Parts: sequence; C-alpha cells; structure tokens
Amino acid sequence: MKQQNILSQVKNLTFSELLYNNEVRAFFFQVATFLLIAGLFYTIIGNLFDNIEARGIHTGFSFLKNRAGFDILPFLGNYLQDYTPESSNLTVFYVGLINTLVVAFVGIILATVLGLFIGIARLSNNYLVAKLAGGYIELFRNIPVLLQIFFWYNIFINIFPHPKKSFSFFEMAFLNQRGLYLPKPVLESGFTLVIIAFLVGIILTVVMKRYFKKKHDETGVYTRTLGYSTLLIFGLPAIFFLLLGSPLHFDFAVLGKFNLKGGMQIVPEFIALTFALSVYTATYIAEAIRSGIEAVDKGQKEAAAAIGLTQTQSLKLIILPQALRVAIPPTINQYLNLTKNSSLATAIGYPELMGAFGGTVLNQVGQAVEILGMAMLVYLFISLCISLLLNIVNKRMAIPER
Amino acid sequence: MKQLLKLSVASFLIAGALAVQASTLSDVQSKGHVSCGVSKGLAGFSAADSAGTWTGVDVDVCRAVAAATLGDATKVKFVPLTAKERFTALQSGEIDMLSRNTTWTITRDASLGLNFAGVNYYDGQGFMVKSSLGVSSAMELGGAAVCIQAGTTTELNLADWGKQNGIDYQSVVSDTNAQTLTNYDSGRCDVLTTDASGLYSMRAAANDPSEHVVLPEIISKEPLGPVVRQGDDQWFNIVRWSLNAMITAEELGVTSATVDEVTNNPERERLMGRSGNTHEYVGLTPDWTYNIISQVGNYSESFERNIGINTPIGIARGVNALWTQGGILYSPPFR
Repeated sequence: MKQQNILSQVKNLTFSELLYNNEVRAFFFQVATFLLIAGLFYTIIGNLFDNIEARGIHTGFSFLKNRAGFDILPFLGNYLQDYTPESSNLTVFYVGLINTLVVAFVGIILATVLGLFIGIARLSNNYLVAKLAGGYIELFRNIPVLLQIFFWYNIFINIFPHPKKSFSFFEMAFLNQRGLYLPKPVLESGFTLVIIAFLVGIILTVVMKRYFKKKHDETGVYTRTLGYSTLLIFGLPAIFFLLLGSPLHFDFAVLGKFNLKGGMQIVPEFIALTFALSVYTATYIAEAIRSGIEAVDKGQKEAAAAIGLTQTQSLKLIILPQALRVAIPPTINQYLNLTKNSSLATAIGYPELMGAFGGTVLNQVGQAVEILGMAMLVYLFISLCISLLLNIVNKRMAIPER
Repeated sequence: MKQLLKLSVASFLIAGALAVQASTLSDVQSKGHVSCGVSKGLAGFSAADSAGTWTGVDVDVCRAVAAATLGDATKVKFVPLTAKERFTALQSGEIDMLSRNTTWTITRDASLGLNFAGVNYYDGQGFMVKSSLGVSSAMELGGAAVCIQAGTTTELNLADWGKQNGIDYQSVVSDTNAQTLTNYDSGRCDVLTTDASGLYSMRAAANDPSEHVVLPEIISKEPLGPVVRQGDDQWFNIVRWSLNAMITAEELGVTSATVDEVTNNPERERLMGRSGNTHEYVGLTPDWTYNIISQVGNYSESFERNIGINTPIGIARGVNALWTQGGILYSPPFR
C-alpha cells in the first residue's frame, strides 16, 4: 500500500522535490541499509571461503558419504539406524539427531509434569509444601545447568553398584552404574493386530466422549466415562492379545563377563542428562505456572467455591484454563531452552547431535563450517517446529475475541 | 547520514581485516610471546603445577620455539585445549602452534590445512585395566565397556581393532581427559584406552599405581608431534628445526650444562651457530639454537626430566631412543 503511495507521489514530483520528500528519503535509506548489510554478509562469507581455500582445508559435503569408522555409545539412535563403524557420517548425523530428539521429548514431558506440580505446590495452603516447592525452585534455578549435568552424572556412576552386584527387580530389570536394563520387548507376528486394537480403542473412546458430552449439553445428564474408556483402550487390545496367544516375549539382561548383556539398556548419560535438564527447566515452568495462577482474579476462585465446585474441580475447570493462557508463552520459551541445552550433553559423552556429529565427526573430518552449519540449521528447525506447534495450542487456548 | 557512512567504512575495514594474513614469525615477535596449544593436563607431556607453571615434553617444544624466536623460553602463552578444539584453534589462528600429543596422520596432514612439523614422541595405543579384573591380554576384552576420549584417532583405531579381531565392546566417550579418567575410576567402564604414554601418565597419577595394569598389546602407530598452519613455510621450518636442534644436540652430546664449551667438531659448531649461516635461512638470530639448548636442554634432558625412568611416569626410552642407540629418533643434519 505504502509503496504505491510513494510511486504515485514520485510521478508528480520534480527532482528537487524528490530530494526533500520525507517518504522518498526514508525509502531510500531503508534500501541503502539493506544493501549495506547484505553486502557486508556477502563479503564476510566470501572472505571465509577464500580463507578456507587458501589454507588448503577441504570444503563441500562429500564427507557425509564417507565411512565413519568409530563407535557410538549404544542408545536409541544406534538401534534405529543399525549403526556400526562401517556406517557413513550421514548416519552419525541421524543417530545424533534421534538422540537429541529423544532427550528433548522426554525432557519436555518430565519438566512439564514436574513444573506443573511444583508450581501448584508453591501456592499450596500447606506451609511445608509451599516452602519445599519454593526451596526446590531457588536451589535448582540458581545452579548452572552444565554443573547439574556433571553432578547427576557423576552421582549416578558412583552411587550405583558394579554390574556384577546390580540391583535386581525380580531378575527382570536391573540397575547398576552402567544404566538401567529393562526387558526388551520382542514382537512376534500378529502383534500389529494388538496395536490396531489399541488405536481403535482410542478412536472409540473419543467418539463415546463426544456422544456423552452432547448428551450433557442437551439434557444436563452427566455420565462418568472413565470406566468405559479404560475398558476400550486397554481391554480391547488385551482380548486380542490373549486370543492371538500372547505374540510378545521379553529379552532379559543377563550377566556376561564384564557387563550385563541383552535387554534394553538405558545409558546413565541419558538418564543424568534428561534428569538434570528436566529438574532445571521445571523450576522455570513452575514459576510460569505460578504467575499464571496468580494472574487469575481471586473472585474466580471464590465464585467457583460459591457455586459448590470442589477444590479439584475449581482448579481443573476454572483456574487452570485461565492460568494457562498466561503461562503458555513463557513455557514455550522453556521448551526451546531445554532442547537447545541438550547440546550440553557433549560434556558427559551422550551421543546427541553436537556430541556425535558436531564433535567426533568434526574432529575426524575437520570441516567446521559445514558441520556446525548443519547442526545450527537442525537446532533452528527443531526450535521453530516446537514454537509453531505451541503457538497453535496458544491460539486455541486464548480467550475468543468477541 | 554521517553515521551511516562511518558504519559502512568501519564494516568494510573489519571485513578487510579478516582477509589479512601476516607472517607468524613477525606476529609472534611483535606480540612478544608464542601462543601454544597444549592439553588440559597430561602429566609429563603438558601439565600445569600448582603455581601455574607448565612442564612436559610437549611443553618443552613450545619453549624451544619461544627460545628460538624470542630468546626467552618463558615467553609462551599456553592455551589448554580439548582434543576436539585443537585443530579449529590452530586453523583460526588463535594459537601459533599446537604441541598437544597429536597423532600425525595423512588425513590431518593433507586435508585440515595443517602441517606436522616432526615427531617428538613415538607412541602407540594401548589398554589399561584394573588388576582386580584378572585380564592379561586385550584379546580377553570381549563385551567390555571401554572408556575413550572424544575426537581422537583412538576412537578409529579401537573400531578397526575390534572389527579385525571380532571383539565386541561398548565405547563410552568423554570430552576431556579428566572425565575419561573419572569414568574409568568409578567403574562406568572396564577398560581405558589411549596412547600408551597417556596410560602410563594416568597410572602414575592414580592413588595406587599397582592397582592398574597396562596390557601388552599396542594396536596402532601414534607418532605425536607439533603442528602448524599450512601456508607459512618459514614458521613451519622454525618449529621443525627447533625440535631437530634438540635431537641433534643429544646426538652431539650438547647439554644445557655444556652448551658454552667450544669444540673442534664442525657440526657441533654449526649447530650452535658459531659457524655457518643456517640461521639466516630460518630468519632468526645466530644464537637461536644456543638459546634452545641452554634454556630448555636437549631431547634427552627434556625426556628424562619429564617422563623418564626416574620420574613417577617412568617411561623407558624404547623406540624414542636415538637411532644410534636402538631407537628411531633421527634428525636430518644441520648443514
């Protein structure tokens, strides 16, 4: 709109008028600034590549196809990508990416649950609970997260016993300084049907809930659905499971010469990292939740009590929906921080993107610009995705404008 | 407008400055010290004591270069680097040279824009386990968890060795030497693998060295040496020949104590800069080698002082003896 304005004005002006026209001047300076900045970046990047070439450092992305040649600590990324030292550097990238995503995912869930719990506890009428929650926040928020990661990691590997003396849970799961060994589910043919039954159960539950909600809206008759939902979601697959003759068995860890073998090993690096990040981030989320709750007018709570809602109902139906509107934006920031902080894992050797790809591959290949550039783009992409997702949630939660 | 002009001029100056590459020697001489990348602490090779003084055979190479270029072996700024940081620090010009138990390989020499200036320690990768495990050969390590430092050739050697011998293991990778050692001590892994020199150094630092055994297998060649940036041949020559001067001095029997003695051995006189003009070729003063030997000592002095058989680290000269004494240490002649 503005552009057209300027153009139509320009046509009717003489040169000297043009020179003194405010809008034309402003437009000219904006273009000039843009060109200057673009030129500066162009020069810097051109310079960078000239220097790299002059120093005889290889450039390009052909290294991605080369054999990696080193081992990675076995975790989810390794299993999903079937990683061996024969795999390519690109596979290392995927392994790192998966390991980063799993930390971010588990970390965000844990931090949210813990943060919500602590945030509400902080406002509790119970003196001890409120003070404990406050103490928790002050303690963990004020210690650098890298230090906390080191702390939990070193605690973990020093406090738990040697594999030969593992804590055993009914000989099925084991805990020792090399991690938590869970039974590894091995799926047999037919198990897909059980999964399908589970999904069908979920869909049926949603349909049922809609039906009863409609009924509630129309007739005011409230029906408790928890029992039916449980039956549909868990009962249905259970029936299929038994009918198909239990198409699933577990692989348990057994003690080898040095280590436990088999089972599903959850390495201490992952546990320590996820724990430290969740505990740290939860303090900020708790504060966001608290500010959200405190932002809800006191009258709302009183009104809820006046119409006879219980404490829990009032929290669930009246306070939280309003509190979340205030709490969601700062919480999104914390999710982003947690994801980015996961790159600190490189310090304890958890093979995430920066450790495995931005660390080991970088050192073997030496092409810092390409490798760090790729890593940066990935973090940017993950962050933008989280941001987008939660902005959608935020829009849905916002007060409908009337 | 004026501000804008200033800004644009300033930014182009900055961009231009990024392109300028001065000679490393004049750079070092104008700032008055050599920036030398070393390890974060590997006893005997490069480690700082409680007073912040760095010692070790790798440190002595830095000191030799400082003595050669600035006439003072103490004018070194030590930059402790992790294995992962070291090449980037050198490529970017943050340090003038790297002397940090770094293995010379073709990939590093030919594709990183770096040059290896020589070998100051011939090493090989080995394994260390706790004596209590009762393991006497690396071939018995199937199924073990192995502690290893990130970003090293050790990772590649281990994978190759495991494949070749059909040994299945789990690698536990850490960023720093200290964390690798903590992992090994706490029992996060059963085996520690790195260059044998490093193993001896760590064993010496343990509470009770007899609790640990270095296994007999050496699975790789690890020639360790100083590294410089590619493209500055004068600086490359200075670093290479500073190291060679220490080796030649041992060969000719020149020590820091006997450096002032004038003999009738022509090569010794040439080495000490009392005849000939080799100093001009490297762009230094005639007393550059004299400064190295008088202030740092010859190779043998440096070795015995830092890692020799009478130190807690207790490494025998072995392959690191002179070629005339059964080793492979060999310097081209000063001529």
